Amino acid sequence: MNAAEPLVRVEDLTKHFPVMRGLLVQRRVGAVRAVDGISFTIARGETLGLVGESGCGKTTAGRTLLALYPPTAGRVLIAGQEIFQARGREMLAIRRQAQMIFQDPFASLNPRWTVNAIISEPLRVHHLLASEAERTERVQELMRLVGLSERLVNRFPHEFSGGQRQRIGIARTLASNPSFVVCDEPISALDVSIQAQVVNLLEDLQDRLGLTYLFIAHDLSMVRHICDRVAVMYLGLIVELADRNELYEHPLHPYTTALLSAVPLPDPVKDRQRRRIILAGDVPSPVDPPPGCRFHPRCPLAGPICSQEVPAWRQVAPEHWVACHKV
Amino acid sequence: MSTETAPAPNRIADLALDELETPPLSLHQLAWRRFRRHKLAIFGAIVLVLLFGYAFGGALVLPESYANHTDTTLRLQAPSLAHPFGTDTVGRDNLARAIYGGQISLLIGLTAVIVETVLGILIGALAGYYGGFLDSLLMRITEAMLNIPEIFLLIVMAKFFGGRIPDYELFGRTFSGSVLLIVLIIGLTSWMYLARIVRAEFLSLKENEFVLAARATGTSNLRIIFLHILPNSIAPIVVSATLGVANAILAEAYISFLGLGVQPPTATWGNMLDSANNYLEAAPWMWFFPGLLILLTVLSINFLGDGLRDALDPRSRAA
Repeated sequence: MNAAEPLVRVEDLTKHFPVMRGLLVQRRVGAVRAVDGISFTIARGETLGLVGESGCGKTTAGRTLLALYPPTAGRVLIAGQEIFQARGREMLAIRRQAQMIFQDPFASLNPRWTVNAIISEPLRVHHLLASEAERTERVQELMRLVGLSERLVNRFPHEFSGGQRQRIGIARTLASNPSFVVCDEPISALDVSIQAQVVNLLEDLQDRLGLTYLFIAHDLSMVRHICDRVAVMYLGLIVELADRNELYEHPLHPYTTALLSAVPLPDPVKDRQRRRIILAGDVPSPVDPPPGCRFHPRCPLAGPICSQEVPAWRQVAPEHWVACHKV
Repeated sequence: MSTETAPAPNRIADLALDELETPPLSLHQLAWRRFRRHKLAIFGAIVLVLLFGYAFGGALVLPESYANHTDTTLRLQAPSLAHPFGTDTVGRDNLARAIYGGQISLLIGLTAVIVETVLGILIGALAGYYGGFLDSLLMRITEAMLNIPEIFLLIVMAKFFGGRIPDYELFGRTFSGSVLLIVLIIGLTSWMYLARIVRAEFLSLKENEFVLAARATGTSNLRIIFLHILPNSIAPIVVSATLGVANAILAEAYISFLGLGVQPPTATWGNMLDSANNYLEAAPWMWFFPGLLILLTVLSINFLGDGLRDALDPRSRAA
């Protein structure tokens, strides 16, 4: 395969959840436009951050991208393979390559399975190792890799702390040797003291195994730490996509600016001096998004055009894209 | 005050990690530990073993022909050394009849519950996991079955299929085809509640992230249903199954009472009770012993089910 070809290519990914009404006969009365046509690429070995506030569609985007939800429209290519067309064996081959780390380590591990069974599940599903002994050996190797004692191999998830459970989840994700991992807020359910450990582990694993990440998060400082490029989502759409430093130093979209102004600064003096942009109102309902630019009802710069025309997605600098009339 | 002494060789701090840590217990060991603590469940298990020993071991002592041997000179005798449980209206020995009846009743109870549980799990799991049209279809069938009075279903099925199933041999004993029929009838008319319980469990469990994780791994739907979700819904299934054994034994008694169940002279605890119906005061031993056996069986199965439910849940605290 061409080295310049990105590992992951997402084109116009759309996911609408139907809203049904009616007691006897269910009628479709509308749709939650959770993800409404997003496109991006991720290069091999790169980490793309996907940020935005709760309910903007980040998680749905990540799950639809791996075909865990049936997509409404769009195309996703992972290593040149179209995931939405794949069936049977082809699908299994893609699943082996593209994995996911989940947000809640208390819900993402089967409470009735031992750590051994959980981590070896991908090995069994993909028939990677023939014998039980080989699988257990591989499980112990994976446990060492994510920093867990291999003695704990026959324990149950409830015997572990949140951070340890997340490590178990990561070990399971890595069992089938994937090249692409969707990290769906892997640290937001953890204590702050544990977050750094898990992020460092993820970075370390990326270096050692050459992984490509889609890192979904709402913690902007963490995203700045781990990501190479960052996409900002608002109400089902990507409003800005840029190189990490470019985005943090020269944010263009008013929503990005507002988000960044909410990141606490370590220096309390500076933190007090800077101007915070407080957005008015709430995120509108994705069932009935505002016309024109979806951000215009809350935007401090909004003008007449913003409520009429959908802003075009344009490139303003190398590696810097934005969708806004006022930039 | 104290002088420095050499540390004891096995001070906790000197032990290696491996020595400090209790070795991990397997799932069965953990379950057994928790089960052991459940005194009533242990009691239930012991009583059940005794009851099985009575019904199947007793057959080694008293032959089946003795249980069916009639002697009208000995009719309606009170318990004595010769007949510890007394005799019935045609002078058969109630002890022997309770032994052979116990075999039938226990077998009916257990096998009917197996039929019920398999059906209930299959229908509930398919409906809950796949949802949509399949769910609507299966649940409407379930509700339709629930809406027909059970006793009516039992009668219709017993009448319709009665006499069509040949006799068969098992454990060196000839069973009337009516036993198999009763098992099927009870199984086919009692799965609905379990199906609804299983469906409800599946509806909530399938939204868990670990199911999504399994799907992301590429795990097949069958594996997800039977290896991921089903083990997590084992507790209500075990409880329902234990109650089911009791209900099946009682249901057998109803049908026998209507003359549609296991046909005499084959004894069951149920039809022994029914034949005692006209002698409640005149010969109380006729209903006391089969009644006591049914009561003990149902009670100990329920205790056992309670203990199993707690023992099988790895999150329960007594470890």
